[in-house]
Amino acid sequence: MTNTATTNNQAHSVRDADFISPPGKIPVIAKVLSFMILVVLVFTGIANLLPQVEGQAPKDVKVDLGALTMDSYIAMGEALFKGKGTCTLCHNNLGRAPDILVLNMEDTAAERLSSDDYKGESKDSESYFLESMIAPSKYVVPGYGKEGDPSPMPTIDKAPIGLTKIEMGAIIAFLQAKDGGEPTVALPTDAPVIEEKSINAEPPKPAANAEEVLTKNGCTACHAVLESPATLGPDLRNIGARSSREEIRESIINPAAVIAEGYPPIMPATFADSMMVKELEMLVDFLAASKGDASQAEDSSPAEGSPQTQPSNETEKKGE
Amino acid sequence: MSPHKKLMTDNSGAVSGTFSDFTTRSHSAKPATASAVLLHRSMQVLFVVIIMLSALMLIPDLAWSSDAVSEVAAEIADEVGQNKPTLKPAPTMGPGDYRQIGSMSSRSFVWVIAQLHLFLAAFVLAVPLFVTVIEWIGVKTGDQRYDDMAHEFMKVSMTAYSLTALFGGTLAFSLFLLYPTFMGYMMEVFGNQVMVYALLFFLESGVLYLYYYSWYALRYGNKKYVHLTLGVLLNGVGTTLLFVANAWATFMMAPSGVDDAGVVTGGIWDIIRGPLWNPLNLHRFVANIAFGGAIVGAYAGYKMLSARTMAQRAHYDWMGYTSNFIAVLAFLPLPFAGYWLMAEIYAYSQQMGITAMGGILAWLFIVQAVLIGTILLAANYYLWNGMSRCDGSQRYTWLIKYIAGTLVVSFLIWVTPHTLILSAKEIATLGGSHHPLLGPLGIMPAKNIAVNLMLMGTFLSFQLYRRSDKVITVPWAGFGNALMVAIYVVAIANIIFLGVYYGYFTNTVYKVGSSVAQVMSTLIVIVSGVVIDSMMFKGAKTLPVKWGQISNRGVYALFALPIAFTWLMALMGYVRSSVRTHWHVYTVMKDNSVDNFIPNIGHAGNMMTIATISFLAIVLFIFWVASLGDTKQPKPER
Repeated sequence: MTNTATTNNQAHSVRDADFISPPGKIPVIAKVLSFMILVVLVFTGIANLLPQVEGQAPKDVKVDLGALTMDSYIAMGEALFKGKGTCTLCHNNLGRAPDILVLNMEDTAAERLSSDDYKGESKDSESYFLESMIAPSKYVVPGYGKEGDPSPMPTIDKAPIGLTKIEMGAIIAFLQAKDGGEPTVALPTDAPVIEEKSINAEPPKPAANAEEVLTKNGCTACHAVLESPATLGPDLRNIGARSSREEIRESIINPAAVIAEGYPPIMPATFADSMMVKELEMLVDFLAASKGDASQAEDSSPAEGSPQTQPSNETEKKGE
Repeated sequence: MSPHKKLMTDNSGAVSGTFSDFTTRSHSAKPATASAVLLHRSMQVLFVVIIMLSALMLIPDLAWSSDAVSEVAAEIADEVGQNKPTLKPAPTMGPGDYRQIGSMSSRSFVWVIAQLHLFLAAFVLAVPLFVTVIEWIGVKTGDQRYDDMAHEFMKVSMTAYSLTALFGGTLAFSLFLLYPTFMGYMMEVFGNQVMVYALLFFLESGVLYLYYYSWYALRYGNKKYVHLTLGVLLNGVGTTLLFVANAWATFMMAPSGVDDAGVVTGGIWDIIRGPLWNPLNLHRFVANIAFGGAIVGAYAGYKMLSARTMAQRAHYDWMGYTSNFIAVLAFLPLPFAGYWLMAEIYAYSQQMGITAMGGILAWLFIVQAVLIGTILLAANYYLWNGMSRCDGSQRYTWLIKYIAGTLVVSFLIWVTPHTLILSAKEIATLGGSHHPLLGPLGIMPAKNIAVNLMLMGTFLSFQLYRRSDKVITVPWAGFGNALMVAIYVVAIANIIFLGVYYGYFTNTVYKVGSSVAQVMSTLIVIVSGVVIDSMMFKGAKTLPVKWGQISNRGVYALFALPIAFTWLMALMGYVRSSVRTHWHVYTVMKDNSVDNFIPNIGHAGNMMTIATISFLAIVLFIFWVASLGDTKQPKPER
């Protein structure tokens, strides 16, 4: 009953207001359009605020085989592993496939070859790495893939990756050498080598001087160098007094090789790929010449209040 | 005169009657209530059919290895296709094999044209699907409002149809002009199948015109069933058209029926039936319905805000509600269809899957989360506002703040990125590449929990809305409510437990597997909610619903929905194309044009905005033209 009464009252009041007063001064169409465009612009803004990364297509570039050394072959393997081979899409720390960059692959290969589960035909690490690339289902590491299914890993010498024999050889050399092993794979001599390079990349221009290299690569964000007082990484103002040119070079291209005690292992491992040889040499020259003064040499431990406060052995040694 | 006819639109579609007529009739007239129930039931049936279709298609052996189905399909396909394989490999193209219009990027040009064609095509294929259902409801209930609303929807769709064809033609010319070698290869592969597409288009046009223009000629009695049959035929042809065109897109992503060099080795049926064809068919079919519903919802919202009488406002409020209902109902199963598509992509090529989900395109899913979050928040906001139409909703309003809180928290988890591309300075500030607290929220298990809770929250809003105008009278109401609450509690606990335990404490294989169980929990809530409510609503007392009473602010949700849907479609088109990386046809035909790279998300976003705003302009033109048809110039006195 109550409901009915309420309904009737409402019906009356509504009937009185049968006609609606016209909308305000701004036409409805203008309001609606403005709202919709605003929403679109919000979406566009978010898309533009995110990190902007382009996926470049690999380009085939011929490499002079006569000038190829084992070191450059290994470096080429690393570049292929992280680039055209797209290996790091799965072989990373997210658990989809074994984290090859962290594992000692020589030891791992030996372990797998001696396992009872291994049914492949390889006898050594070189043939095992090749087999893993061209016939990935021969042996699937326990804990990965699904029982009864072939390995989810693509066949590397087929499209869409399509690495050549020589490129796969380079990756094998890299896997064997990355933890200090000796590559057994032979250097190619009689066929063109293909190397990945972006098709759309502008010809790279090296930095003009070491200061520009430091700025361009963001070194000043963590290291005390130039005008930067940063303390997250070791002080570089006196690095020349503490390290040799070789040690400095190694710490740039392979920062994980030696981690200065007391500092977090956060230095990017990408400079070997991104830095040009000329830039690397300029930087090594600059840092090797940065001997600082005695007070700086004594004060190169992590700052008080920084994530790590333990002085590094290196600093202690230099201070003695 | 029948009470229904009081407020009937006349043949020109103009609304007559008063708001009070509308309100009163909606309150008390049994047929109107019955028709509303029938609408809900019909949509529920449609929803269940979609779910069942999804489940059926998820079992490949059952769905597509049925000998009878495959053989018949193969026979038909081979009749129209080429049985004799050609021996030509896919051509290798150099940069000189591509053309340009002036200095304009060919890819950008084709991108916008293709996107506009797809927007319009999705709309014109979707509208007849729900129009036929609404028309059928009108027949079953005898309530002509449904019939008039269905006709009004079709009127909007008709103008869009010719524009779809125009953009389709422009797209075809653009592709042949700018990518002649690629199109030559596609013609080589698909052969006569493209003529089947053309034939279907003729058929679609013929049936569409017949369906629309015979609306009033075949309105009553047995003739109405003839008209409904035309509607079914129209949808059959339209859906087939969609599936035929999908085969081209999926062949480019995951080619089948060809060898490694692109030589055709199988019949046309082998080429069409690639591993991604059915997942894409289902995904696009369902998405089109949601998209179409959102567009006509905006039409209704605009007409409601412009209404000059309460009767018009009430009519378009009801139309907007129905459109939103269609859009949201079709949207709910969409993530599951998307999940199936993505699972098939992973099964076809793990590399392709990771490129989409964890590689260079991973950032895109942050934008996707924003868009889907917008859709869900807007849909919920509209429902909460809509509850003000009925005083009975006061019983449930206390729950809204909890649903809103869940939605917002889940949304924030969903947009939390995992792998951040950071500068050295940012790494230094963050203390590592992952945030110590927020990092774990960036991975899929957390997002799976969030998405499932958002879907469940939306369904709960829907349930509350539906219960607002009812007083349940079945004797077991208490038990039914307790059962429903128990199902929610168990499902939520299950989703959170599966996500946390299998997501963070086991390896990847279990992580992926557990997400299926999470999805099943959500589906169980939705299906059981629909079933339990349907049983509980039997003999329920209906409370008054005051159409037109929703706030204007609430109506704006109807404009946010189509914009988010449109942008989302463009975004998904970008990811679907981009996973091919530098291939026209993945693994078979390389793209060697200057545009063979994956554009960054900012550039892609700008392209999507150009397409969306262009589409918006076209839609406004369509709405205007549709309204123009109702405008009659008064005869001059002299």
